[in-house]
Amino acid sequence: MGAADLDTAFFAAWIEEAARTVGAEKEWLTRLDAAIGDADHGANLDRGFTAIAQALAGTEPDTPGALLALVGSTLIRKVGGASGPLYGTAFREAGKFLGDASEVSVADLAAALQAALDGVQRLGSAAEGDKTMVDALAPAVRAMSLAAQEGKEPEEAIGAAASAALAGAEATIPMQARKGRASYLGPRSVGHEDPGAASTALILAALRTVVTR
Amino acid sequence: MKKLINGVDSVVPDALRGLAAAHPGLRVDVDNQIVLRASGARPGKVGLVSGGGSGHEPLHAGFVGYGMLDAACPGEIFTSPVPDQMIAASEAVNGGAGVLHIVKNYTGDVLNFEMAAELCAEEGVEVASVLVDDDVAVQDSLYTAGRRGTGATLFVEKIAGAMAETGAPLAEVTRVAEAVDARSRSFGVALSACTTPAAGKPTFDLKDTEVELGIGIHGEPGRARSAMRGARELVHTAMDAIDEDMPVSGDNLVMVNGMGGTPLIELYIAFAEVSDYLAGKGARAARSLVGNYVTSLDMQGFSITVCRLDDELTRLWDAPVETPGLRWGR
Repeated sequence: MGAADLDTAFFAAWIEEAARTVGAEKEWLTRLDAAIGDADHGANLDRGFTAIAQALAGTEPDTPGALLALVGSTLIRKVGGASGPLYGTAFREAGKFLGDASEVSVADLAAALQAALDGVQRLGSAAEGDKTMVDALAPAVRAMSLAAQEGKEPEEAIGAAASAALAGAEATIPMQARKGRASYLGPRSVGHEDPGAASTALILAALRTVVTR
Repeated sequence: MKKLINGVDSVVPDALRGLAAAHPGLRVDVDNQIVLRASGARPGKVGLVSGGGSGHEPLHAGFVGYGMLDAACPGEIFTSPVPDQMIAASEAVNGGAGVLHIVKNYTGDVLNFEMAAELCAEEGVEVASVLVDDDVAVQDSLYTAGRRGTGATLFVEKIAGAMAETGAPLAEVTRVAEAVDARSRSFGVALSACTTPAAGKPTFDLKDTEVELGIGIHGEPGRARSAMRGARELVHTAMDAIDEDMPVSGDNLVMVNGMGGTPLIELYIAFAEVSDYLAGKGARAARSLVGNYVTSLDMQGFSITVCRLDDELTRLWDAPVETPGLRWGR
């Protein structure tokens, strides 16, 4: 392990970068949501990440696991909608999986992402192809796991996961939604990118930004 | 966008401040963002808690009071409240007989109320939940999130509230709440989209010559778009959809609900058509409600909710109620 492992400061930088990205892209996310949902996804996530910044300012978690768990519980308590419990569960499950380890390897990160995906699917009972955040998260988990098996460095592994998430999000455009508010539209949900998949891709892109610094 | 607001970020707290100032029978817990009866929890009475995104006023906070809800949890505009609010509300209204959560079937509301119910159980508060899913515009299938909860939510809150007021146990209050949902069907039509303060522009574009059929209550587009027609034709479209799902017959509780931006005179025109439609099927509106009750901000349009009555439901509907939004018999 050693130099290539990721520490608490790295994850704190990720969350900060994710907050910045969500803030910058909130109007785009809300526009995507207006097309097939209720036009609040950007505003909600932005509110959640603002609350996270406040929660982190008050305390300094000393492990990556504790940090992600705090991010998760803050999202659950502050965001509302479906995205609060779903993203909150994702971060909380990842944090729980990492436990009290002070550093995280690529293999740990891949397994933590898998735990996040499992939590989201348990709560929302969505499968790939339903036009949800799972369509971005699941391919990202696969890419990260493959990179871990191949012994890749964090930069490459995270890069592969972020690219897979982006491709997954774009692949939701022709899908007909089977979960969440977009499912009420039936065939009219086709032709629009799922806002939850889009924000998942943004958050993983932030992880790539931080690892390539 | 022109809105009577102080700022986009303070819409919900500012409105709650007004609600508290206008209605001394209510207590607004600002820290927890919940609305309670000023009289507090009554020992031995089942507590009724509902909640959902704001923007549907008077639902839910306007239905807190004698004969209806004990507490409401308002979320941000069109965004479900969070579990912390629901837990605080459930603990505050628990008179020892348990708490019923009345949940509209939207993914966000369902997930947040589920998490809250689990945490309440851990704290020793007995919680039952009823899911309202009355909107026939959505196919209830594996391929959707299930039918939305719309107008029937008001019926469930009123009738279960009356049952709770009699001192009935949690299982009885839950049973009658489920019966109301099972016997109710709704269909909504939009003549215009609504504008959320955060978005600043209409949630979808609708031409003057078009209507949106099968809308929910969050400004989301409906199942289909159609040419604008007269009140009779639009009411027939809505009533046909309801009748196809649950053939109308006998005595009904019927609401013609405004979405927020349609004047009452037009809602009465719609009610006249509903009444004629029912007569044509050998049915009638034995009880009725016409007005803006389950709204979608400034959306123009209406929804129709039909609940097939029996003696028990009629008696509970007629029972006294004293809330900012509904008030009779007391």
